[in-house]
Order: sequence, then C-alpha cells, then structure tokens
Amino acid sequence: MVIALVAIWIFFEVRTGIFLHPVNMANLLKQMSVTGVLAVGMLFVIVSRQIDLSVGSLVGLAGGIAAMTQGAGLAASFLCAIAIGVIAGALQGALVAYANIPSFIVTLGGLLTWRGVILYLSKGETIPVRLPVFRMLGVALLTPASGIAIGAAAIAALVWFSRDRVSTIVMSIVIVVFVAMMNAQGGVPLPVIVMLIVAGAAHFITQNTVFGRYLYAIGSNPDAARLSGINNRKHILFAFALLGALVGVASLLHTGRVGSASPDAGTLMELDAIAACVIGGTSLMGGRGKVTGALLGALIMASLDNGMSLLSVENATQYIIKGAVLVAAVGFDMAGRQSR
Amino acid sequence: MTLALELREVSKRYPGVLALDRVSFDLRFGEIHALVGENGAGKSTLVKVAVAMIPEIAVVYQELSLVPEFSIAENIFLGREPRRFGIIDRDAMIAGARRVLDQLQIDLDPHTITNTLGIGQQHLVEIAKALARDATILVLDEPTAALTDAEAGVLFGILERLRASGVAIAYISHKLGEVLRIADRITVLRDGRAISTDDASALDAPTLITRMVGRAVSELFPVEDRRPRLSEVIFEARNVNGISLNVRRGEVLGIAGLVGAGRSDLLMAMFGADPERTSGEFFVEGKRVTINSPADAIAAGIAFVTEDRKRYGVLLDQTVNMNLTLASLRRFANRDDEIAASQRAVDELRIKTTSLFTIAGTLSGGNQQKVVLAKWLLTNPKVLLLDEPTRGIDVGAKQEIYQQIRRLASEGMAIVLVSSELPEVLGLSDRVIVIHKGRVAAEFARADATAENVMAAATGQVTA
Repeated sequence: MVIALVAIWIFFEVRTGIFLHPVNMANLLKQMSVTGVLAVGMLFVIVSRQIDLSVGSLVGLAGGIAAMTQGAGLAASFLCAIAIGVIAGALQGALVAYANIPSFIVTLGGLLTWRGVILYLSKGETIPVRLPVFRMLGVALLTPASGIAIGAAAIAALVWFSRDRVSTIVMSIVIVVFVAMMNAQGGVPLPVIVMLIVAGAAHFITQNTVFGRYLYAIGSNPDAARLSGINNRKHILFAFALLGALVGVASLLHTGRVGSASPDAGTLMELDAIAACVIGGTSLMGGRGKVTGALLGALIMASLDNGMSLLSVENATQYIIKGAVLVAAVGFDMAGRQSR
Repeated sequence: MTLALELREVSKRYPGVLALDRVSFDLRFGEIHALVGENGAGKSTLVKVAVAMIPEIAVVYQELSLVPEFSIAENIFLGREPRRFGIIDRDAMIAGARRVLDQLQIDLDPHTITNTLGIGQQHLVEIAKALARDATILVLDEPTAALTDAEAGVLFGILERLRASGVAIAYISHKLGEVLRIADRITVLRDGRAISTDDASALDAPTLITRMVGRAVSELFPVEDRRPRLSEVIFEARNVNGISLNVRRGEVLGIAGLVGAGRSDLLMAMFGADPERTSGEFFVEGKRVTINSPADAIAAGIAFVTEDRKRYGVLLDQTVNMNLTLASLRRFANRDDEIAASQRAVDELRIKTTSLFTIAGTLSGGNQQKVVLAKWLLTNPKVLLLDEPTRGIDVGAKQEIYQQIRRLASEGMAIVLVSSELPEVLGLSDRVIVIHKGRVAAEFARADATAENVMAAATGQVTA
C-alpha cells in the first residue's frame, strides 16, 4: 500500500506540478485529519468483528451539539461533543453486545436516528462557530518552533519505545521531512497534530495493552476468546464507546475547519472511515488490522480527493474512481494473501 | 475381483514440499482398502488428486460439508435436487432420501433439520449423501473421528453391507484398531511415499505403527504405577445438572460415554461456559467457589482444553505467542516476561514452530493442540479439564500428549479426561466414570475398568 501511495503521489505531481508543494500537502493533511481520526476509531470496532455505520450521522450530531453549547464556554462545548459520542457509542455497543443485535443493524438504526436527532435539535439550520479557539482547532498552524519541539519529542518516544531499529530510522526521517515541509508553509496544522496524537495513543492501545490484545482475540475467534476467560461483551461495548469518543473529537475538528455545524455534516463519513481501514489491510472478518494501516488508508483516500480536485476532475468521476480504487485495493490484498 | 481404480506413480508438489512421491494405489470392487499414515503423510492429498481426475468418486470428507439449516433430505440432494417443471419436487426428494436411509439402515426422519442432530448422526447423513449418487467408488476420510465406538459400529455395519454389494471403498483413518478390523488390505503412507500394501490379516498394530512413524513405538501409553490414590480431593462438583464428581491430587479421572451423553456439556458447565446450567456447587481444595463464567473458573484454578480446537481453542490467524498467553495475559508484568513464558512453554511441550510469531493456523494439528494445552498450563491450574485432547492428530503427537497428561498428574495436577476413544480413557485414567443420558451410570477403579464393563454402562445396560 505504501507503493500505491507513492505511485499516486508521483502521478498527481507529474500531472499538476503543485501536488507535493508544502501548501498543498498541508491542505491534504488537514482534509485527511477528520477521516484519519474516524478510521482509527473504526479500527477498534472492525478488529473485534463488528461494524459501525452511524459514524457520519454521529459526527453531525456531536458537532451540532458542540456548536449549540458554545454559550457555556469552550470546555463545556467540547466535553458535550465527546460525551454525546461516548453515550451514543456505548448505547449501540450495549445493544450489540448484550442484546445480541447485529452491529450492522444497530448502527444502521443509529445512522438514521442520530441524523434525525440533529435535524430536530437544529431545526434544520446551520449554526456558525463563534468561539475563536474552536475555529482554530480546525485550521490553526503551530509555530515552527513548537512544530520542531513536537517532532523531536516524537522521535525521542520512538527511540525509547520501539524495538525495531529499521522502522525507527524510517519513521524518524518521515517526521523530519514532515515537520520541515509543514514549517516551510507556516507551521504544522493543529488538526493534523490532533490526529497524530490520537493515532499514537491508539497504536499503543492495540499493540501494548491487554484490552487491545483481547479485541484481536475476540475478532479472531469469539468462542475461543470467551473460553479463555475474556469478557467479550464488555470489551465490545468498550470498543464502540471508544469509537464514539473519537467521533466526538473528529466532529470538533470538522466543525472547526468548516466554521459552522450544518445538520447534514458528516454524511457518508462512515464509508470513508471503513474504506480507509480496509485499504490499510484491516479484515472485516475481525482479528486483523493496524492503526498505521488505517492511517495509510486515510492518506490514500485524501490524496485521491485532493489530487483529483487539483485536476478539476468532475465530481461524478471522482466517486467512480474512489469506488474502483477501494474494490481494487481489497482485490489485490486478497490475491496476495491467497498466493501465500 | 475387478479393479475399480488404479493410480500409478502419482506425484504432487506444493511450494517447498513434495506432498506425494510416486505413490501407487489400487482399489477393487467389493473390498475395503485402508490408507493409514500420520498427519501430513499425504493421505488427504492423494484423495484430492484422485477426485480431481475421477469425478465419479464419492467422498465423505473429514470436515462436515452439510448445510446446518437444511433438512436431511435437502442435504442429501444438495446440488441435484429432483425437479418437476423446474421446481423442486419435495415429495420425490423426501422419498429418495428415505430410500437411501432405509438402505443404510439409518433410523432418521428425512425432514429433520441437520443441526439438530448429534455430530455422529451428521456423519451418517454425510455418508448417505455420498451414497445417494449411486456411487460405486466411495472414499471415507477419517469417518469415525467424531463418532463414539457404538456409532462407529453402526458405520462398520453399513460399510460391510456396501462391500458385500460390490462397492469399492477406500478408508482413511488414524485408528489402527478399526482399520485392522474392517479393512481387507492396508496401505501405509509416510512422508508422501507408499511404504507398503498388505492384506490386513497379515498385519498387526505394532507393525503398522512402526511403518507409519518410521520408528518403533513400543508402548503408546506410559506405563506406571496406578494404584488408587488416597491423596486429598482437589476438585469437587456437586449436582451439576444432575451429575456429581470429584478428582484427587495427582489423579486422572476418565469420563466415558457415547457422543451426546452429555460429557462435553458437563465440562462446559463446570467451566462456567454453559449459560443453560441450572444447578451446581463447586469446591476447590475444600473451599466453595462460585463459577458463573470462564473467568471465574480460571480464577479458581481450573483450566479447560476444549474439543474442536479450530472452533473453540485456537486463534488460527494470530501468532503462537498470542495464543499461548491469551488466558494468562494479566499475569505478566511486561512484554519481556510474556515472551519468556511463551518460549518456556514452547520448549517444555516441544511445540514445533519456526518462531513465537508464526501464525498458529500454519502449524500441524498436533502442534496446535499442544499450543492449546500450553495456553492452559500457563494459567498454573490445579484442575485440568480435557475434552477429546487428541482428536484428529497423528500417532506421534498423541503419544506426546499422553506423556504430558501423565507427567502433569504425577506433578500433582487433578485431571478430568473426556475422550471418545476408549483405549485412551482406559490407558490414561486412574478412575473412570461412565455417563449415560446425562447421569452417572457407573464408576470403575482402574483395575475394573475394562472395555466391556465401560461399554455396557455407556449403552445403558448397567445402572449405578
């Protein structure tokens, strides 16, 4: 998939001449940050052999609630958005885990319900973002100095935690290039930093915690997991609640970037998140998938969006190409797996 | 007798392995020709090759190929449903299925939905399905792996009648006793080569084992002193859905019975994994414990090697390491600790794997089973429940598992062993209880536990 990404980048750079320019790269990453956060959350749910189709509607609901509660202050507004995400996620998770309703159905219900709730609450009107800091969350750039500081901290963390020297070196180079490029156009965008922090934490959870390990076990063989003493229901509920929290975060990034909360915000975002996971090698049968893969998938999707916009490809054509890429990516992955 | 099929010098190569190396095999009408060999010897590959070349062969595969939600009749006619004006002719289908079942003397209603049948009965349906095509060449791949001895007896009756009617039968099995009993000729495969083909009357089990393994296996079960134990009771279950039992320190308690008698349900219930359990009290080392979930059971010092490792035991697409520490993950302080414990387990049980991070599904069945056993040993159990611990694994791996069971007992573990293979129960247990229709029908000390006694109790001819 890294090869595919590089090929896509080279193609767009050759055709547009400005694709790899720092300003465009910053734009691309800002566009990607919402999908990236959602894809990382979605990974937890898919790895445990479930699905969540309600994510897009929940982005609309949580973002709308955040915009409506601005009067109570920034902290209250942000907390409301994340709390709504957690509550909705936990509710859906409970219905899946304890009432044994398939997650496809529960979250299909959620997709309709949450959209209905925000349409009702907002009376169909778009609510502007008035708090300046809320706005900045979606668009602000860090000062170049703090960008360098964060990059240095990330490399230090890599050296400290990672056992694999080769990947440490590769990742360090990526970080240096990334920070240098972003600083060249004014600084690292704040939403990108939020996404990377979320991804870093999620990577740690999936790879180094008992909770993460159990999700893979449950997705891989639920019966064996249960008979090994794992409380499948509790962990599935947690996975949905965690995704809900990240939906809250993503809704803040999205609302801040757009500058207003419209009742149809987030429509179809669940499909982007699922597609990013799948393109990144996550198995819908559960038990397989990595945060780094989901992020890579989100980056590929965002690159296609961005590049095709630069080339002024018609909207209709964009949809067709993205659909074809999704199916082809999974097709290649399956073919590669069978030959092994 | 005329030749039904002949394979000459068949070779088959997979990437990196020569699965079949110039194997010759022939089959006559009206005979049962057995094919024996360890897992990986090439038996299944040989069947695959033969079926690919000769589509007329009817095969009963090891893994059930029935649609669970369909009726017996629908399964028997799957893919060649009798039709009238393009619409399925249900009456003809039921009548046809009934005819086949009668012919095989299988007493089942063709309307019955398949997943309501026991696994043994499902195998009989599988055989009926194969024969409904009026096949004259029949291949059975490990047909008795899931059957009790009584059910196997029914199957042998069917096979003998088919042989008498002139059907050519190739019979693949691990179980040498039944092969010697039923086969006319026996071919031994080892490492992709046909080692020998002889009349069954000229062979005995030790000779076959030596040829299969390539070395003499003098004794399958460890020989040792097995006088009644007077040590303290480690685990006691009272009135678990009507059954009570106890196990002492260092004792292997065998549980015999027909498939469907309730043995697996009993173990599941004792492990807190059966939500339908209605009663039961448990005592570990004299102390009353509550067991309402597998987590409770593990905390009380109970471990459970389940039957059907693919379904209940192994995470097939995860690493060996992840499988090993799944039930004990919270005991390790950090990843280094965990890896060290996994490595010790691999060494101790001699699990053949290229690394701790190999995907478990790529290991052989015997090594997968050892991974499951090792997973439970890492929880430091006082009580070990074993359900069909050697099903579908080869003779060499079986013997290693037997040795481990006796070693664990001699180190003081209390072990409850459920197995459909009677020699296994008799060869390993210090004491045997027999379950019949969900009740304890009899209990035997080691000395009195003969095959005849146990079978009589298992079939309900004796009551406790």
